[in-house]
Amino acid sequence: MYTIGLKNNKTTFYRGMKDGIPIGLGYLAVSFSLGIAAKNAELSAFQGLLASFLCSASAGEYAGFTVIAADASYFSMVLATLVANIRYLLMGCALSQRLDGKAPLRHRLLMAFHLTDEIFGIAISRKTEINPYYSFGAALTAAPPWAVGTMLGVIAGSLLPNNLVSAFSVALYGMFLAVIIPKAKEDRTVFAVVIVSFALSLTASLAPVISQLSEGMRTVILTLIISSAAAIFFPVKDEEAENDA
Amino acid sequence: MTHNIYIYIFIMAAVTYLIRVTPLTLIRRQIKNTFIRSFLYYVPYVTLSVMTFPAIIHATQSPYSGILALIVGIVAAWRGWDLFRVALCACGAVLLLEFMII
Repeated sequence: MYTIGLKNNKTTFYRGMKDGIPIGLGYLAVSFSLGIAAKNAELSAFQGLLASFLCSASAGEYAGFTVIAADASYFSMVLATLVANIRYLLMGCALSQRLDGKAPLRHRLLMAFHLTDEIFGIAISRKTEINPYYSFGAALTAAPPWAVGTMLGVIAGSLLPNNLVSAFSVALYGMFLAVIIPKAKEDRTVFAVVIVSFALSLTASLAPVISQLSEGMRTVILTLIISSAAAIFFPVKDEEAENDA
Repeated sequence: MTHNIYIYIFIMAAVTYLIRVTPLTLIRRQIKNTFIRSFLYYVPYVTLSVMTFPAIIHATQSPYSGILALIVGIVAAWRGWDLFRVALCACGAVLLLEFMII
């Protein structure tokens, strides 16, 4: 869409900003819960803000915070972040197919910085070829609440009464469920994979030896094993993977 | 705490960015390998499932409210509600139950 010119890019940018507002509001609540996880890992408010500004990844940051809380090695941080975020690789692939081949490198670099599930979702659901300016606009309104919410979670997590903290702590899991369940409903293999993941995760948290590993490491190991097994036994037809991504 | 938190954050940010930027800049054609495609397809759901359960039960003051949040979250998501509303329902369930039992 580069041929259309400056005026169109501007309109698209504003449209993105507008669509980013409800996403930002949702982020504020969920990142508050992430801030509580950050606080449990002994991060300061500034460190929470910084981590969320630089990463913008709920599951990835959460996995990272569990690594920090366990004081695990830097290498396990690499692994945990890699596994928790690997879905972005798939989204990036899908997005790259819909981008104008002439999109300059600097636009691709900037777009990648805030490629979240939600921004990806609204960008890919647009009928036209993806204009990077749409993503830039959406990121501009959705990203700050994410970072600020995390910071507030670190600060207010300790001021709020226990039952409120308890309630906010599950917001993040609620968001995870909102990603998993609709797909499990639509794809029976995913449904089975989710059940197996729940069961093995529970087993791993109780079993001797494995339960001694950090939560982040257990997540990495289980993800590699279960996803590989699913990929071998239930390979995905091309269309499915595309529709998902 | 023997590790530096800023180094942890730097590693998180660098790895996260590399994952996002690599396909957008390098891969300009479709991945053909079925195993890799399938693996990438399942990964998000497995990771999120493993991270959610049983962790959600330990996140709350009482394991019962964690279990309730899990059930309410699943039902709300099954009905196709958006992420914000699913999260709110789970929070509300915990608040309500803990208000009654604690």
